[in-house]
Amino acid sequence: MRKYEILGNKDTRSGFGAGLLEAGNENENVVALCADLTGSLMMDAFKDKYPERFFQAVIAEANLMGVAAGLAIGGKVPFTGTFANFSTGRVYDQIRQSIAYSNTNVKICASHAGLTLGEDGATHQILEDIGLMKMLPGMTVINPCDYNQTKAATIAIAKMIGPVYLRFGRPKWPVFISEDTPFIIGKALMINEGTDVSIFATGHLVWKAIEAGAILAERGISAEIINIHTIKPLDVDAVIASAKKTGCVVTAEEHQMNGGLGDSIAQLLALKMPTPLEMVAVNDSFGESGTPEELLVKYHLDSQDVVEAAIRAIARKR
Amino acid sequence: MKAVTELQTIATQVRRDIVRMVYDVKSGHPGGSLGCADFLTALYFKYLKHNPSKFELTGNQEDVFFLSNGHISPVFYSVLARSGYFPVSELSTFRKLNTRLQGHPTTHEGLPGVRVASGSLGQGISVAAGLALEKKLAKDNSTVWVLTGDGELQEGQIWEAVMFSKHYKIDNMIVTVDFNQAQIDGSTGDVMGITELSSKFLAFGWDVLEMDGNDFNSIDTVIPLAQSKLGQGKPIVIIMKTEMGQGVDFMMGSHAWHGKAPSQEQFDRAMAQLPETVLGDY
Repeated sequence: MRKYEILGNKDTRSGFGAGLLEAGNENENVVALCADLTGSLMMDAFKDKYPERFFQAVIAEANLMGVAAGLAIGGKVPFTGTFANFSTGRVYDQIRQSIAYSNTNVKICASHAGLTLGEDGATHQILEDIGLMKMLPGMTVINPCDYNQTKAATIAIAKMIGPVYLRFGRPKWPVFISEDTPFIIGKALMINEGTDVSIFATGHLVWKAIEAGAILAERGISAEIINIHTIKPLDVDAVIASAKKTGCVVTAEEHQMNGGLGDSIAQLLALKMPTPLEMVAVNDSFGESGTPEELLVKYHLDSQDVVEAAIRAIARKR
Repeated sequence: MKAVTELQTIATQVRRDIVRMVYDVKSGHPGGSLGCADFLTALYFKYLKHNPSKFELTGNQEDVFFLSNGHISPVFYSVLARSGYFPVSELSTFRKLNTRLQGHPTTHEGLPGVRVASGSLGQGISVAAGLALEKKLAKDNSTVWVLTGDGELQEGQIWEAVMFSKHYKIDNMIVTVDFNQAQIDGSTGDVMGITELSSKFLAFGWDVLEMDGNDFNSIDTVIPLAQSKLGQGKPIVIIMKTEMGQGVDFMMGSHAWHGKAPSQEQFDRAMAQLPETVLGDY
């Protein structure tokens, strides 16, 4: 098992803030809109440097999405910033009609996704957003795993044309992807090559998969760990190749089983190459208040849950 | 500048197009389309500075119109075709399989003249405000127009956009409300009152004008007046009184023709009231 050094402890939303500033430096057409959460989304640096390109669109997210679509029609590259819940479910029809169906070049950037939002509880802990967004035709869906990858993803999406959903989170989290790792949209990132089981992980759960990989290695199990940062379009070749090599699969994500990464991979494998598969995800339940670590344990999204899923998957191999 | 008689001829042809399109496919929304025919004819043939033969999605350096109440697509398509965005003959494909003229307008099929999808109500002012901001950033002095229904003002997003537009001093946008006082389930007053509309917009800090959308004299007075108010720090709204079904007597004075196609007998009666024009049917 490849050893990953913890390069720091930073929140992925700060990676977004840093990436947004850099994207703004690189392209004067990059503009940003926020729904009264500038500090929470770490958009202050962009706002301070480019006040004329920053729009406070207040607690009116439906309008925010429409304004972003209008800015995009004229040629701007708008980045919207609010919590994941208000970036998706609250404004689903606005996104569907004015952004996805109209193919406007809007980057929907969503923080505080998943259980690791913590103490605010289930009203804010959206666990359905990946599913909502990946169902929209033409929508790219990205869930990076650490500060550096979120920063790189933010810069990358500014350069592609088309609507994107970029999902990140609130808590400080290990930074383990090197700064110079290229971010290629739609291309899975090999974390650790292995032979016994493929673990496909996204977002914060990539670090949990790495912890699990170390535990599995101690037990003599060689886990292949692949970071699926782009859930849509899915890197079909990478998933098929790894599943073929190891013969069984675990998916890990901070999302409902319904509609998440595991759902996408299960669909792919069922259609192309049926393979034993276990999912580490929230099982049809809302979250609750607690610390991020407490919640990950209670809702079975911890490294130990990934280990157990891997053992179950291996046992199902023929 | 087009004379009123010339606009009237175009508007009559647009009305024939509307009724023929809806009759042909036995679906669509003739009522609001007929009510807005005069305004959209005047806008597209007299007031917009636009390039129908060289359509660019971005609308840079030209006036842009958004239709927020996308269900009145028949009038939108007719006016777009008649002003040269696409061949008039294509109106015969309205709502049919593989058409660019979808039931509600969309950019998805690449129809020139359409810049955003609409149909799900309440979204157009937000989009228009976004493009108006883009024009300000780009130092582009052209104007963004948007038409909404009056029933559509029941959508909460409208008032988010109204508040936003005032705060950002979006004074390069003119919103027109089709004040026909009718919606699917009845008159707006009975269904959900949207009374004191002018006062509502005034309270939000907008410039408010009123116009008779079925009278070219009123249109020719109020549109230049609205244009004279551009660039003064306030968004502008024209409350445009229209008659749903205007031009076809049995479709007027009722909400019944919001989204219904005429029978053959009704079609014949409608055509008899809308004389053929020199422009010719599609």
